[in-house]
Amino acid sequence: MSGQQTAAQAARRGDWTADEMMSVAAARALRDGTACFVGIGLPSTAANLARRTHAPSLVLVYESGTIGAKPGWLPLSIGDGVLAETADAVVGVPEVFNYWLQPGRIQTGFLGAAQIDRFGNINTTVIGPDYRNPAVRLPGAGGAPEIAASCREVIVIVRQSRRTFVERVDFVTSFGYGGGPGDRERLGLRGSGPVLVITDLGVLEPDPGTCELTLTRLHPGVEVERAREATGWDLAVSSQVEASPPPTATELDTLRALEGATRRQP
Amino acid sequence: MAEVVSLREAVAELVHDGDTVALEGFTHLIPVAAGQEIIRQGRRGLTLVRLTPDIVYDQMIGAGCARKLVFSWGGNPGVGSLHRFRDAVQNGWPVPLEIEEHSHAGMANRYVAAASGLPFAVLRGYVGTDLVAHTPTIRPITCPFTGEVLTAVQALDLDVGIVHAQRADREGNVQLWGITGVQKEAVLGARRSLATVEEVVDQLQPKPGAMVLPSWTVSCVAEVPGGAHPSYAQGYYERDNDYYRAWDPISRDRDAFTEWLSTQVLASKAAT
Repeated sequence: MSGQQTAAQAARRGDWTADEMMSVAAARALRDGTACFVGIGLPSTAANLARRTHAPSLVLVYESGTIGAKPGWLPLSIGDGVLAETADAVVGVPEVFNYWLQPGRIQTGFLGAAQIDRFGNINTTVIGPDYRNPAVRLPGAGGAPEIAASCREVIVIVRQSRRTFVERVDFVTSFGYGGGPGDRERLGLRGSGPVLVITDLGVLEPDPGTCELTLTRLHPGVEVERAREATGWDLAVSSQVEASPPPTATELDTLRALEGATRRQP
Repeated sequence: MAEVVSLREAVAELVHDGDTVALEGFTHLIPVAAGQEIIRQGRRGLTLVRLTPDIVYDQMIGAGCARKLVFSWGGNPGVGSLHRFRDAVQNGWPVPLEIEEHSHAGMANRYVAAASGLPFAVLRGYVGTDLVAHTPTIRPITCPFTGEVLTAVQALDLDVGIVHAQRADREGNVQLWGITGVQKEAVLGARRSLATVEEVVDQLQPKPGAMVLPSWTVSCVAEVPGGAHPSYAQGYYERDNDYYRAWDPISRDRDAFTEWLSTQVLASKAAT
Protein backbone atom coordinates (compact mmCIF):
# COMPACT_ATOMS: atom_id res chain seq x y z
CA MET A 1 0.00 0.00 0.00
CA SER A 2 2.85 2.37 0.75
CA GLY A 3 4.03 1.78 -2.81
CA GLN A 4 0.65 2.96 -4.08
CA GLN A 5 0.72 6.04 -1.91
CA THR A 6 4.19 6.82 -3.12
CA ALA A 7 3.09 6.44 -6.72
CA ALA A 8 0.01 8.56 -6.07
CA GLN A 9 2.16 11.30 -4.57
CA ALA A 10 4.64 11.01 -7.40
CA ALA A 11 1.85 11.24 -9.97
CA ARG A 12 0.42 14.34 -8.24
CA ARG A 13 3.80 16.00 -8.09
CA GLY A 14 4.64 15.10 -11.70
CA ASP A 15 7.55 13.15 -10.29
CA TRP A 16 8.21 10.69 -13.09
CA THR A 17 10.84 10.30 -15.79
CA ALA A 18 10.58 10.84 -19.54
CA ASP A 19 11.17 7.10 -20.03
CA GLU A 20 8.25 6.30 -17.71
CA MET A 21 6.02 8.67 -19.67
CA MET A 22 7.13 6.98 -22.90
CA SER A 23 6.32 3.50 -21.59
CA VAL A 24 2.94 4.67 -20.29
CA ALA A 25 2.06 6.36 -23.61
CA ALA A 26 3.04 3.22 -25.52
CA ALA A 27 1.07 0.95 -23.18
CA ARG A 28 -2.06 3.10 -23.65
CA ALA A 29 -1.82 2.61 -27.43
CA LEU A 30 -2.40 -1.16 -27.12
CA ARG A 31 -6.04 -2.26 -27.26
CA ASP A 32 -7.39 -4.96 -24.98
CA GLY A 33 -8.18 -8.26 -26.64
CA THR A 34 -5.74 -7.79 -29.52
CA ALA A 35 -2.51 -9.67 -30.21
CA CYS A 36 0.80 -7.89 -30.13
CA PHE A 37 4.18 -9.05 -31.46
CA VAL A 38 6.65 -7.83 -28.86
CA GLY A 39 10.38 -7.10 -29.01
CA ILE A 40 12.67 -7.03 -25.98
CA GLY A 41 13.37 -3.74 -24.21
CA LEU A 42 11.00 -0.77 -24.36
CA PRO A 43 8.28 -2.64 -26.34
CA SER A 44 8.23 -5.46 -23.78
CA THR A 45 7.99 -3.00 -20.90
CA ALA A 46 5.05 -1.19 -22.49
CA ALA A 47 3.19 -4.35 -23.51
CA ASN A 48 3.51 -5.88 -20.04
CA LEU A 49 2.35 -2.60 -18.48
CA ALA A 50 -0.71 -2.58 -20.77
CA ARG A 51 -1.58 -6.15 -19.78
CA ARG A 52 -1.47 -5.15 -16.12
CA THR A 53 -3.58 -2.02 -16.52
CA HIS A 54 -6.26 -1.45 -19.16
CA ALA A 55 -5.61 -4.48 -21.41
CA PRO A 56 -5.68 -7.70 -19.34
CA SER A 57 -6.62 -9.73 -22.43
CA LEU A 58 -3.76 -8.43 -24.55
CA VAL A 59 -2.02 -11.43 -26.15
CA LEU A 60 1.77 -11.08 -26.08
CA VAL A 61 3.57 -12.97 -28.82
CA TYR A 62 7.36 -13.18 -28.62
CA GLU A 63 9.44 -14.31 -31.60
CA SER A 64 10.81 -17.21 -29.56
CA GLY A 65 7.46 -18.88 -30.32
CA THR A 66 5.78 -18.11 -27.00
CA ILE A 67 2.17 -17.14 -27.74
CA GLY A 68 0.12 -15.58 -24.96
CA ALA A 69 3.05 -15.19 -22.58
CA LYS A 70 2.22 -13.75 -19.15
CA PRO A 71 5.58 -13.07 -17.49
CA GLY A 72 5.59 -11.88 -13.88
CA TRP A 73 8.59 -9.66 -14.59
CA LEU A 74 10.34 -8.25 -17.66
CA PRO A 75 12.42 -10.94 -19.36
CA LEU A 76 16.04 -10.03 -20.16
CA SER A 77 15.88 -11.96 -23.40
CA ILE A 78 13.25 -12.81 -25.97
CA GLY A 79 13.28 -16.46 -24.91
CA ASP A 80 13.48 -16.48 -21.13
CA GLY A 81 11.97 -19.51 -19.42
CA VAL A 82 9.21 -17.44 -17.84
CA LEU A 83 7.78 -16.77 -21.31
CA ALA A 84 7.48 -20.47 -22.16
CA GLU A 85 6.17 -21.41 -18.71
CA THR A 86 3.37 -18.82 -18.84
CA ALA A 87 2.42 -19.05 -22.53
CA ASP A 88 -0.86 -20.38 -23.93
CA ALA A 89 1.16 -22.17 -26.59
CA VAL A 90 4.83 -22.61 -27.44
CA VAL A 91 5.64 -23.16 -31.10
CA GLY A 92 8.84 -23.36 -33.13
CA VAL A 93 10.37 -20.31 -34.74
CA PRO A 94 9.40 -21.26 -38.33
CA GLU A 95 5.82 -21.65 -37.14
CA VAL A 96 5.62 -18.34 -35.27
CA PHE A 97 6.70 -16.47 -38.40
CA ASN A 98 4.95 -18.59 -41.06
CA TYR A 99 1.64 -19.49 -39.41
CA TRP A 100 1.13 -16.65 -36.96
CA LEU A 101 2.79 -13.49 -38.26
CA GLN A 102 2.75 -13.93 -42.06
CA PRO A 103 -1.05 -14.32 -42.62
CA GLY A 104 -1.81 -11.10 -40.72
CA ARG A 105 -3.16 -12.73 -37.55
CA ILE A 106 -1.39 -10.21 -35.32
CA GLN A 107 -2.82 -6.74 -34.90
CA THR A 108 0.13 -4.78 -33.57
CA GLY A 109 3.85 -5.06 -34.18
CA PHE A 110 5.92 -3.25 -31.60
CA LEU A 111 9.39 -2.22 -32.72
CA GLY A 112 12.39 -0.23 -31.50
CA ALA A 113 14.94 1.48 -33.76
CA ALA A 114 18.56 2.59 -33.90
CA GLN A 115 17.62 5.04 -36.67
CA ILE A 116 14.21 6.07 -37.96
CA ASP A 117 13.58 8.49 -40.82
CA ARG A 118 10.94 10.97 -41.96
CA PHE A 119 8.89 8.16 -43.53
CA GLY A 120 9.14 5.71 -40.65
CA ASN A 121 11.74 3.44 -42.22
CA ILE A 122 13.85 1.73 -39.54
CA ASN A 123 17.53 0.82 -39.41
CA THR A 124 18.91 -1.71 -36.93
CA THR A 125 21.70 -3.03 -39.19
CA VAL A 126 24.64 -0.64 -39.72
CA ILE A 127 25.52 3.00 -39.11
CA GLY A 128 27.41 4.63 -41.98
CA PRO A 129 27.05 4.61 -45.74
CA ASP A 130 29.12 1.47 -46.44
CA TYR A 131 27.42 -1.77 -45.44
CA ARG A 132 30.64 -3.77 -45.91
CA ASN A 133 32.71 -1.32 -43.88
CA PRO A 134 30.32 0.16 -41.32
CA ALA A 135 31.10 2.84 -38.77
CA VAL A 136 29.01 0.83 -36.29
CA ARG A 137 27.79 -2.71 -36.71
CA LEU A 138 24.36 -3.11 -35.05
CA PRO A 139 22.68 -6.45 -34.16
CA GLY A 140 20.69 -6.70 -37.38
CA ALA A 141 17.15 -7.44 -38.45
CA GLY A 142 15.86 -10.19 -36.16
CA GLY A 143 12.13 -10.49 -36.72
CA ALA A 144 11.60 -6.81 -37.53
CA PRO A 145 11.35 -6.74 -41.37
CA GLU A 146 8.43 -9.17 -41.45
CA ILE A 147 6.82 -7.69 -38.32
CA ALA A 148 6.90 -4.30 -40.07
CA ALA A 149 5.42 -5.84 -43.22
CA SER A 150 2.79 -8.24 -41.89
CA CYS A 151 1.35 -6.93 -38.63
CA ARG A 152 -1.82 -5.01 -39.32
CA GLU A 153 -0.21 -1.94 -37.77
CA VAL A 154 3.16 -1.03 -36.30
CA ILE A 155 3.98 1.03 -33.24
CA VAL A 156 7.55 2.25 -32.84
CA ILE A 157 8.92 3.17 -29.43
CA VAL A 158 12.24 5.01 -29.43
CA ARG A 159 13.97 7.85 -27.58
CA GLN A 160 14.06 10.98 -29.70
CA SER A 161 17.41 12.51 -30.68
CA ARG A 162 19.15 13.78 -33.81
CA ARG A 163 21.33 10.70 -33.83
CA THR A 164 18.26 8.46 -34.06
CA PHE A 165 15.77 10.64 -35.99
CA VAL A 166 17.59 11.06 -39.29
CA GLU A 167 16.55 12.44 -42.67
CA ARG A 168 17.33 9.10 -44.35
CA VAL A 169 18.26 5.88 -42.60
CA ASP A 170 21.69 4.48 -43.55
CA PHE A 171 20.10 1.08 -44.16
CA VAL A 172 16.45 0.09 -44.51
CA THR A 173 16.09 -2.91 -42.20
CA SER A 174 12.32 -2.55 -41.81
CA PHE A 175 10.16 -0.77 -44.34
CA GLY A 176 7.93 2.06 -43.15
CA TYR A 177 6.46 4.22 -45.92
CA GLY A 178 9.57 4.09 -48.15
CA GLY A 179 9.72 7.42 -49.98
CA GLY A 180 6.12 8.39 -49.43
CA PRO A 181 2.51 7.60 -50.37
CA GLY A 182 1.80 4.46 -52.36
CA ASP A 183 5.13 2.73 -51.77
CA ARG A 184 3.74 0.09 -49.41
CA GLU A 185 0.88 -0.73 -51.78
CA ARG A 186 3.24 -0.87 -54.77
CA LEU A 187 5.39 -3.42 -52.94
CA GLY A 188 2.38 -5.48 -51.91
CA LEU A 189 2.89 -5.03 -48.17
CA ARG A 190 -0.30 -6.02 -46.41
CA GLY A 191 -0.04 -4.24 -43.07
CA SER A 192 -0.68 -0.52 -42.83
CA GLY A 193 2.82 0.33 -41.53
CA PRO A 194 3.91 2.53 -38.62
CA VAL A 195 0.83 4.31 -37.27
CA LEU A 196 2.46 5.71 -34.11
CA VAL A 197 6.01 6.62 -33.16
CA ILE A 198 6.12 7.09 -29.41
CA THR A 199 9.15 8.85 -27.94
CA ASP A 200 10.28 10.30 -24.64
CA LEU A 201 9.12 13.72 -25.89
CA GLY A 202 5.80 13.01 -27.56
CA VAL A 203 4.09 11.13 -30.36
CA LEU A 204 4.55 11.30 -34.13
CA GLU A 205 2.01 10.03 -36.63
CA PRO A 206 2.17 9.72 -40.41
CA ASP A 207 0.41 12.54 -42.22
CA PRO A 208 -2.58 10.96 -44.03
CA GLY A 209 -1.63 12.71 -47.27
CA THR A 210 2.16 12.64 -47.34
CA CYS A 211 2.98 9.75 -44.95
CA GLU A 212 5.56 12.05 -43.35
CA LEU A 213 5.96 11.58 -39.60
CA THR A 214 4.31 14.57 -37.96
CA LEU A 215 4.37 15.66 -34.34
CA THR A 216 0.83 15.24 -33.03
CA ARG A 217 1.28 15.00 -29.28
CA LEU A 218 3.69 16.28 -26.65
CA HIS A 219 4.28 14.82 -23.22
CA PRO A 220 3.75 17.17 -20.24
CA GLY A 221 6.44 19.81 -19.92
CA VAL A 222 7.88 19.34 -23.43
CA GLU A 223 7.85 22.26 -25.88
CA VAL A 224 7.56 21.93 -29.65
CA GLU A 225 11.01 23.48 -30.02
CA ARG A 226 12.60 20.67 -28.04
CA ALA A 227 11.04 18.06 -30.29
CA ARG A 228 12.31 19.96 -33.34
CA GLU A 229 15.81 20.12 -31.89
CA ALA A 230 15.76 16.36 -31.32
CA THR A 231 14.80 15.63 -34.93
CA GLY A 232 17.30 15.42 -37.79
CA TRP A 233 14.89 16.77 -40.39
CA ASP A 234 12.58 19.78 -40.55
CA LEU A 235 9.89 18.29 -38.32
CA ALA A 236 6.31 18.78 -39.44
CA VAL A 237 4.05 19.79 -36.55
CA SER A 238 0.31 19.23 -36.48
CA SER A 239 -1.82 22.37 -36.30
CA GLN A 240 -3.41 20.92 -33.17
CA VAL A 241 -0.74 19.32 -31.04
CA GLU A 242 -2.39 17.48 -28.18
CA ALA A 243 -0.96 17.03 -24.71
CA SER A 244 -0.41 13.50 -23.39
CA PRO A 245 -2.20 13.02 -20.11
CA PRO A 246 0.47 12.48 -17.44
CA PRO A 247 0.91 9.00 -15.95
CA THR A 248 -1.77 8.11 -13.43
CA ALA A 249 -0.88 6.80 -10.00
CA THR A 250 -2.00 3.34 -11.08
CA GLU A 251 0.12 3.38 -14.22
CA LEU A 252 3.17 4.62 -12.37
CA ASP A 253 2.73 2.17 -9.52
CA THR A 254 2.24 -0.75 -11.90
CA LEU A 255 5.25 0.19 -14.02
CA ARG A 256 7.48 0.59 -10.98
CA ALA A 257 6.28 -2.69 -9.47
CA LEU A 258 7.04 -4.44 -12.77
CA GLU A 259 10.53 -2.99 -12.90
CA GLY A 260 11.03 -3.80 -9.23
CA ALA A 261 10.04 -7.43 -9.83
CA THR A 262 12.51 -7.50 -12.73
CA ARG A 263 15.36 -6.20 -10.57
CA ARG A 264 14.69 -8.90 -7.99
CA GLN A 265 15.36 -11.62 -10.57
CA PRO A 266 18.84 -13.16 -10.51
CA MET B 1 21.47 -45.04 -34.80
CA ALA B 2 23.14 -42.29 -32.79
CA GLU B 3 26.44 -43.15 -31.18
CA VAL B 4 26.55 -42.13 -27.51
CA VAL B 5 30.08 -40.75 -27.12
CA SER B 6 32.05 -38.10 -25.26
CA LEU B 7 31.84 -34.47 -26.38
CA ARG B 8 35.52 -34.55 -27.35
CA GLU B 9 35.02 -37.61 -29.53
CA ALA B 10 31.84 -36.21 -31.10
CA VAL B 11 33.41 -32.89 -32.11
CA ALA B 12 36.55 -34.65 -33.41
CA GLU B 13 34.43 -36.98 -35.52
CA LEU B 14 31.80 -34.56 -36.81
CA VAL B 15 33.31 -31.06 -37.15
CA HIS B 16 36.08 -30.44 -39.67
CA ASP B 17 37.99 -27.33 -40.76
CA GLY B 18 36.02 -25.43 -43.40
CA ASP B 19 32.65 -26.99 -42.49
CA THR B 20 29.35 -25.14 -42.40
CA VAL B 21 28.11 -25.62 -38.85
CA ALA B 22 24.93 -24.53 -37.07
CA LEU B 23 24.89 -24.53 -33.27
CA GLU B 24 21.25 -23.66 -32.74
CA GLY B 25 19.22 -22.58 -29.75
CA PHE B 26 16.84 -19.65 -29.51
CA THR B 27 17.91 -18.25 -26.13
CA HIS B 28 17.06 -21.62 -24.59
CA LEU B 29 19.25 -24.77 -24.81
CA ILE B 30 22.20 -23.11 -26.52
CA PRO B 31 24.99 -25.68 -27.11
CA VAL B 32 27.69 -23.58 -25.43
CA ALA B 33 29.87 -26.48 -24.25
CA ALA B 34 29.98 -27.88 -27.80
CA GLY B 35 31.03 -24.46 -29.14
CA GLN B 36 33.82 -24.21 -26.59
CA GLU B 37 34.99 -27.73 -27.44
CA ILE B 38 35.22 -26.64 -31.11
CA ILE B 39 37.43 -23.76 -29.92
CA ARG B 40 39.59 -26.18 -27.89
CA GLN B 41 40.05 -28.47 -30.86
CA GLY B 42 41.24 -25.49 -32.91
CA ARG B 43 38.82 -25.67 -35.82
CA ARG B 44 39.40 -23.00 -38.48
CA GLY B 45 37.61 -21.60 -41.50
CA LEU B 46 34.11 -22.53 -40.31
CA THR B 47 30.98 -21.00 -41.72
CA LEU B 48 28.86 -20.51 -38.61
CA VAL B 49 25.10 -20.41 -39.01
CA ARG B 50 22.52 -19.30 -36.47
CA LEU B 51 19.50 -17.02 -36.20
CA THR B 52 20.73 -15.44 -32.99
CA PRO B 53 24.50 -15.66 -32.64
CA ASP B 54 25.14 -14.67 -29.05
CA ILE B 55 28.05 -15.05 -26.71
CA VAL B 56 29.22 -18.56 -27.68
CA TYR B 57 29.51 -17.38 -31.30
CA ASP B 58 31.26 -14.23 -30.04
CA GLN B 59 33.72 -16.57 -28.31
CA MET B 60 34.21 -18.76 -31.40
CA ILE B 61 34.68 -15.70 -33.64
CA GLY B 62 37.14 -14.13 -31.19
CA ALA B 63 39.05 -17.42 -31.04
CA GLY B 64 39.45 -17.35 -34.83
CA CYS B 65 37.31 -20.41 -35.67
CA ALA B 66 35.09 -18.70 -38.23
CA ARG B 67 35.58 -17.20 -41.67
CA LYS B 68 31.90 -16.48 -42.25
CA LEU B 69 28.76 -15.89 -40.23
CA VAL B 70 25.24 -16.48 -41.57
CA PHE B 71 22.72 -14.92 -39.19
CA SER B 72 19.73 -12.70 -38.57
CA TRP B 73 20.36 -11.03 -35.19
CA GLY B 74 23.76 -10.81 -33.51
CA GLY B 75 23.79 -9.43 -30.00
CA ASN B 76 24.12 -10.12 -26.29
CA PRO B 77 20.40 -10.33 -25.49
CA GLY B 78 19.29 -7.68 -23.01
CA VAL B 79 22.87 -6.44 -22.60
CA GLY B 80 24.22 -4.99 -25.85
CA SER B 81 26.62 -5.76 -28.65
CA LEU B 82 28.84 -8.71 -29.42
CA HIS B 83 32.19 -6.97 -29.34
CA ARG B 84 34.29 -9.83 -30.75
CA PHE B 85 31.83 -10.03 -33.66
CA ARG B 86 32.03 -6.26 -34.18
CA ASP B 87 35.82 -6.29 -33.99
CA ALA B 88 35.97 -9.04 -36.62
CA VAL B 89 33.54 -7.26 -38.97
CA GLN B 90 34.95 -3.75 -38.49
CA ASN B 91 38.68 -4.52 -38.04
CA GLY B 92 39.24 -8.09 -39.23
CA TRP B 93 40.45 -9.24 -35.78
CA PRO B 94 41.65 -11.94 -35.28
CA VAL B 95 40.69 -12.88 -38.84
CA PRO B 96 38.31 -11.22 -41.31
CA LEU B 97 34.69 -12.32 -40.99
CA GLU B 98 32.43 -12.43 -44.00
CA ILE B 99 28.74 -12.01 -43.20
CA GLU B 100 25.54 -13.17 -44.84
CA GLU B 101 22.61 -11.47 -43.28
CA HIS B 102 18.93 -12.37 -43.16
CA SER B 103 15.81 -11.84 -41.08
CA HIS B 104 14.57 -14.45 -38.57
CA ALA B 105 11.68 -15.38 -40.87
CA GLY B 106 14.08 -15.89 -43.76
CA MET B 107 16.59 -17.91 -41.74
CA ALA B 108 13.83 -20.06 -40.25
CA ASN B 109 12.59 -20.81 -43.75
CA ARG B 110 16.11 -21.63 -44.95
CA TYR B 111 16.24 -24.27 -42.20
CA VAL B 112 12.79 -25.56 -43.17
CA ALA B 113 13.93 -25.93 -46.79
CA ALA B 114 17.07 -27.80 -45.68
CA ALA B 115 15.07 -30.13 -43.44
CA SER B 116 12.53 -30.66 -46.23
CA GLY B 117 15.11 -31.55 -48.85
CA LEU B 118 14.10 -28.57 -51.00
CA PRO B 119 16.45 -26.09 -52.70
CA PHE B 120 14.56 -23.05 -51.42
CA ALA B 121 11.61 -21.86 -49.36
CA VAL B 122 9.01 -19.20 -50.11
CA LEU B 123 7.78 -16.46 -47.84
CA ARG B 124 6.37 -12.96 -47.77
CA GLY B 125 9.44 -11.18 -46.58
CA TYR B 126 12.31 -8.73 -47.09
CA VAL B 127 10.27 -6.60 -49.50
CA GLY B 128 11.49 -3.00 -49.50
CA THR B 129 14.49 -3.72 -47.27
CA ASP B 130 18.15 -3.17 -48.16
CA LEU B 131 18.93 -6.77 -47.14
CA VAL B 132 17.87 -7.90 -50.62
CA ALA B 133 20.68 -5.92 -52.28
CA HIS B 134 23.39 -7.37 -50.02
CA THR B 135 22.33 -10.99 -49.61
CA PRO B 136 22.45 -13.19 -52.74
CA THR B 137 20.45 -15.98 -51.07
CA ILE B 138 17.31 -13.78 -51.17
CA ARG B 139 15.56 -13.64 -54.58
CA PRO B 140 12.09 -12.75 -55.87
CA ILE B 141 9.95 -15.59 -57.18
CA THR B 142 6.63 -15.56 -59.04
CA CYS B 143 3.84 -17.81 -57.82
CA PRO B 144 2.95 -20.18 -60.70
CA PHE B 145 -0.72 -20.21 -59.62
CA THR B 146 -1.52 -16.56 -58.89
CA GLY B 147 1.32 -14.62 -60.50
CA GLU B 148 2.05 -12.92 -57.19
CA VAL B 149 5.71 -12.03 -56.64
CA LEU B 150 6.99 -13.51 -53.40
CA THR B 151 10.44 -14.02 -51.88
CA ALA B 152 12.56 -17.16 -52.17
CA VAL B 153 15.41 -17.94 -49.79
CA GLN B 154 17.99 -20.60 -50.55
CA ALA B 155 18.09 -23.71 -48.37
CA LEU B 156 20.93 -23.82 -45.86
CA ASP B 157 23.64 -26.28 -46.83
CA LEU B 158 24.75 -27.59 -43.46
CA ASP B 159 27.57 -30.03 -42.84
CA VAL B 160 26.83 -30.23 -39.13
CA GLY B 161 23.84 -29.32 -36.96
CA ILE B 162 24.48 -29.11 -33.21
CA VAL B 163 21.81 -28.77 -30.53
CA HIS B 164 21.55 -29.17 -26.78
CA ALA B 165 18.59 -31.05 -25.30
CA GLN B 166 17.31 -31.99 -21.87
CA ARG B 167 17.83 -35.73 -22.22
CA ALA B 168 18.38 -38.80 -24.33
CA ASP B 169 17.92 -42.49 -23.71
CA ARG B 170 20.70 -45.04 -24.08
CA GLU B 171 19.67 -45.73 -27.68
CA GLY B 172 20.26 -42.05 -28.49
CA ASN B 173 16.65 -40.89 -28.85
CA VAL B 174 16.76 -37.20 -27.94
CA GLN B 175 13.98 -35.33 -26.09
CA LEU B 176 13.68 -31.57 -25.72
CA TRP B 177 10.93 -29.23 -24.58
CA GLY B 178 10.17 -25.58 -23.84
CA ILE B 179 11.28 -23.09 -26.50
CA THR B 180 12.46 -25.33 -29.33
CA GLY B 181 13.52 -22.67 -31.86
CA VAL B 182 14.80 -24.29 -35.06
CA GLN B 183 16.52 -27.22 -33.39
CA LYS B 184 14.56 -29.92 -35.21
CA GLU B 185 15.32 -28.28 -38.54
CA ALA B 186 19.02 -27.84 -37.64
CA VAL B 187 19.34 -31.59 -37.04
CA LEU B 188 17.18 -32.81 -39.93
CA GLY B 189 18.68 -30.25 -42.31
CA ALA B 190 22.33 -31.20 -41.76
CA ARG B 191 24.45 -34.05 -43.14
CA ARG B 192 25.80 -34.81 -39.65
CA SER B 193 24.42 -33.89 -36.26
CA LEU B 194 25.28 -33.78 -32.59
CA ALA B 195 22.94 -33.49 -29.62
CA THR B 196 24.53 -32.73 -26.28
CA VAL B 197 22.14 -33.55 -23.42
CA GLU B 198 21.78 -32.79 -19.73
CA GLU B 199 21.45 -36.47 -18.95
CA VAL B 200 21.21 -39.90 -20.52
CA VAL B 201 18.36 -41.89 -18.94
CA ASP B 202 17.11 -45.46 -19.18
CA GLN B 203 13.72 -44.43 -20.47
CA LEU B 204 12.33 -41.11 -21.77
CA GLN B 205 9.23 -39.95 -19.88
CA PRO B 206 6.61 -37.97 -21.83
CA LYS B 207 6.65 -34.20 -21.24
CA PRO B 208 3.97 -31.74 -22.43
CA GLY B 209 5.02 -30.13 -25.68
CA ALA B 210 8.19 -32.19 -25.96
CA MET B 211 9.76 -33.04 -29.28
CA VAL B 212 11.69 -36.24 -29.86
CA LEU B 213 14.47 -36.59 -32.40
CA PRO B 214 14.62 -40.33 -33.03
CA SER B 215 18.02 -41.93 -32.65
CA TRP B 216 18.36 -42.65 -36.36
CA THR B 217 18.18 -38.92 -37.21
CA VAL B 218 21.12 -37.95 -34.98
CA SER B 219 24.80 -38.86 -35.62
CA CYS B 220 26.14 -38.50 -32.08
CA VAL B 221 24.78 -37.90 -28.59
CA ALA B 222 27.05 -36.66 -25.81
CA GLU B 223 26.09 -36.29 -22.16
CA VAL B 224 27.18 -32.81 -21.03
CA PRO B 225 25.44 -31.68 -17.82
CA GLY B 226 25.28 -27.88 -17.81
CA GLY B 227 26.17 -27.87 -21.50
CA ALA B 228 23.83 -24.96 -22.24
CA HIS B 229 25.16 -22.68 -19.49
CA PRO B 230 24.94 -19.63 -19.36
CA SER B 231 21.71 -20.12 -21.31
CA TYR B 232 19.14 -22.30 -19.60
CA ALA B 233 17.72 -25.78 -19.82
CA GLN B 234 14.06 -25.76 -18.83
CA GLY B 235 13.50 -28.17 -15.97
CA TYR B 236 17.23 -28.23 -15.13
CA TYR B 237 18.60 -24.73 -14.54
CA GLU B 238 17.84 -21.05 -15.08
CA ARG B 239 19.49 -18.56 -17.40
CA ASP B 240 22.63 -17.09 -15.79
CA ASN B 241 21.92 -13.44 -16.55
CA ASP B 242 25.01 -12.34 -14.60
CA TYR B 243 27.24 -14.26 -16.99
CA TYR B 244 25.71 -12.42 -19.96
CA ARG B 245 26.30 -9.10 -18.21
CA ALA B 246 29.84 -10.08 -17.20
CA TRP B 247 30.63 -11.05 -20.79
CA ASP B 248 30.32 -7.44 -21.97
CA PRO B 249 33.55 -6.05 -20.44
CA ILE B 250 35.48 -9.22 -21.33
CA SER B 251 34.44 -9.10 -24.96
CA ARG B 252 35.04 -5.34 -25.30
CA ASP B 253 38.78 -5.72 -24.80
CA ARG B 254 41.08 -7.95 -26.90
CA ASP B 255 43.49 -8.56 -24.00
CA ALA B 256 40.72 -9.39 -21.54
CA PHE B 257 39.20 -11.74 -24.09
CA THR B 258 42.54 -13.43 -24.84
CA GLU B 259 43.12 -13.94 -21.13
CA TRP B 260 39.60 -15.36 -20.70
CA LEU B 261 40.12 -17.69 -23.66
CA SER B 262 43.40 -19.08 -22.39
CA THR B 263 42.32 -19.56 -18.78
CA GLN B 264 38.65 -20.47 -19.15
CA VAL B 265 38.57 -22.50 -22.35
CA LEU B 266 41.95 -23.59 -23.67
CA ALA B 267 43.35 -24.60 -20.27
CA SER B 268 40.30 -26.65 -19.31
CA LYS B 269 39.41 -30.09 -20.55
CA ALA B 270 36.13 -30.93 -22.19
CA ALA B 271 33.46 -31.72 -19.61
CA THR B 272 33.32 -35.34 -20.69
